[in-house]
Amino acid sequence: MTQARVQEIRELIARHKRWDVIFVAVGILCLAIAILTFFALAIDMAITGASRLSLDFFTNFPSRRAGQAGILSAWVGTTLVMLVTAFAAVPVGVGAAVYLEEYARKNWITGLIEINITNLAGVPSIVYGLLALGLFVYAFGFGQSILSAGLTLALLILPIVIVATREAIRSVPSAVREAAYAVGATKWQTTYDHVLRYSMPGVLTGVIIGMARAIGETAPIITIGALTFIAFLPDSPFTGEFPYISFDWVFAPFTVMPIQMFNWTSRPDPAFHENAAAAGLMLLLMTLSMNALAIFLRYRLRKSIKW
Amino acid sequence: MRTPSITNNDILPPVFPLPYTHNVSDRLARRRSRRLREVFIEVLLFVCAAFSVLVTTGIVYILISESYSFFKMVPVWDFLTDTQWTPLFDDAHYGIMVLLSGTLVSSAVALLVAIPIGTVVAVYLSEFAPFSVREVAKPLLELLSGVPTVVYGFFALLFVTPILQHFFPELPGFNMLSAGLVMGIMIIPYVSSVSEDAMRAVPMSMREGSYAMGATRFQTAVRVVAPAALSGITAAYILGISRAVGETMILAVAAGMQPNLTWNPAEPAATITSFIVQVALGDLPHGSIGYQTIFAAGLTLMILTLAFNVLGHWLRRRFRQAY
Repeated sequence: MTQARVQEIRELIARHKRWDVIFVAVGILCLAIAILTFFALAIDMAITGASRLSLDFFTNFPSRRAGQAGILSAWVGTTLVMLVTAFAAVPVGVGAAVYLEEYARKNWITGLIEINITNLAGVPSIVYGLLALGLFVYAFGFGQSILSAGLTLALLILPIVIVATREAIRSVPSAVREAAYAVGATKWQTTYDHVLRYSMPGVLTGVIIGMARAIGETAPIITIGALTFIAFLPDSPFTGEFPYISFDWVFAPFTVMPIQMFNWTSRPDPAFHENAAAAGLMLLLMTLSMNALAIFLRYRLRKSIKW
Repeated sequence: MRTPSITNNDILPPVFPLPYTHNVSDRLARRRSRRLREVFIEVLLFVCAAFSVLVTTGIVYILISESYSFFKMVPVWDFLTDTQWTPLFDDAHYGIMVLLSGTLVSSAVALLVAIPIGTVVAVYLSEFAPFSVREVAKPLLELLSGVPTVVYGFFALLFVTPILQHFFPELPGFNMLSAGLVMGIMIIPYVSSVSEDAMRAVPMSMREGSYAMGATRFQTAVRVVAPAALSGITAAYILGISRAVGETMILAVAAGMQPNLTWNPAEPAATITSFIVQVALGDLPHGSIGYQTIFAAGLTLMILTLAFNVLGHWLRRRFRQAY
């Protein structure tokens, strides 16, 4: 091979390798665009909203005057709605996952359920709002209440909980089940006492991610007709007299954090935008800390369990 | 050192003697009740699983039954061809094209951001990035999809729009461009994580074969790995499209809610989703035509999403590769 030919080949290799370098640069740039946008968003919220963050902001009702408005009814509403969501979505979601992983036979019904869950995960959230409007609000007569909102969000996060739980259950080795059967445990005893215990961290991760999603959801709750201006709290779940606990609050009208923020954002007065930013910052902190917790749990899980 | 010895304690009977051991029929009864409990639990779990089918049925039933009442008053042909959308005016027009144009334009802007950036990020993370970068970048990208959409809406309206107006002074305060751009950023993690998973599932031997032939990393990524993962990448794109079409709050906040038949992203426009929000914010009596309109709009949205999903399913089948 002549010297010139070798030179030519070297140039060819160098040219192709240059594409590698260019692509790495483009890749890092794209990654940076995505991640920097997130930081720009968080910092913008923090700067705009910081001046409004004080104790009063959490203990005041919304008001016509931006300077006195707070998020009391919003965060109380969000907490109560999340309570209903968790109570509805977790048992049903975990139950469905256990059925599909441990009990289901391979037949067309199981296939239908599985395809159905995949498809539900892709349904736009506002469609769940329409379902809830037609079903919970009017057909069942729950009205525009905390119960309707909580159930709506529960339906919304059901596929998330089911998929996460199934994954967690699948990762429990069959030796655990066989050992339980070998000492005479029934299917449910095996599932409940062993399989579910071992998959608990995975289930928890799924539930947390689902709840983080639910906290930020706005569209379905607006669709069922939640009010945007609430200057009172629902009845307390605890009462002075027997039976000390009351469920009147589930039928109370309410507002939630994202709706409060939407309301403030859509006002033309910039003073309200500061409120919106402060509410957004709280919302961001809530969802991000829940997501971070889930990521941490998953990371711990991957490190600590060695079957 | 003590020598181990057997004491009386070691041969005592069990603390809890097993009950009913002396009587066969008692044992059978116990077994039956245990069996009954098992069956009961299995049925209960099945109901939980079947519940999801009920949800789908509920969605389809509600959308179709309310839309049916709507289409009794508004002919389907008018719904599809009218170029005005004024359902709440006295002179009511129901041309879904108007809302459809808003949905399609804003989704197109979002996808023009999300698909290229998401794909490049996926290829970079799967084929080029060192382990440590991937470990840090993936959770950070996941955070991006955890941000509530109303927060993105605020960001689009009060951060991105002013910046865009700096460059294009004639841009209105509400526009689909900034909403679409932010929506695109929101969708990046969906596109990138699903396509990355698909590319990482491509067996190492295919890459090794490519390297052995003297291909560079970039050539391997683009000519070998990406085509092999095409079915998964398609799934990622379809997921991105469904997200964009169904996205609500960013558009309700930042794109304005005036119905506007336009293909220009620099204009404000209502989408199917933001129209539903707008109606829900007002006070419409149950059973009125205005109330039914949002179900007809929802049905259109469902059909649109379904169409993309069917398309995706078909494409995935076409590109599926077996190793």
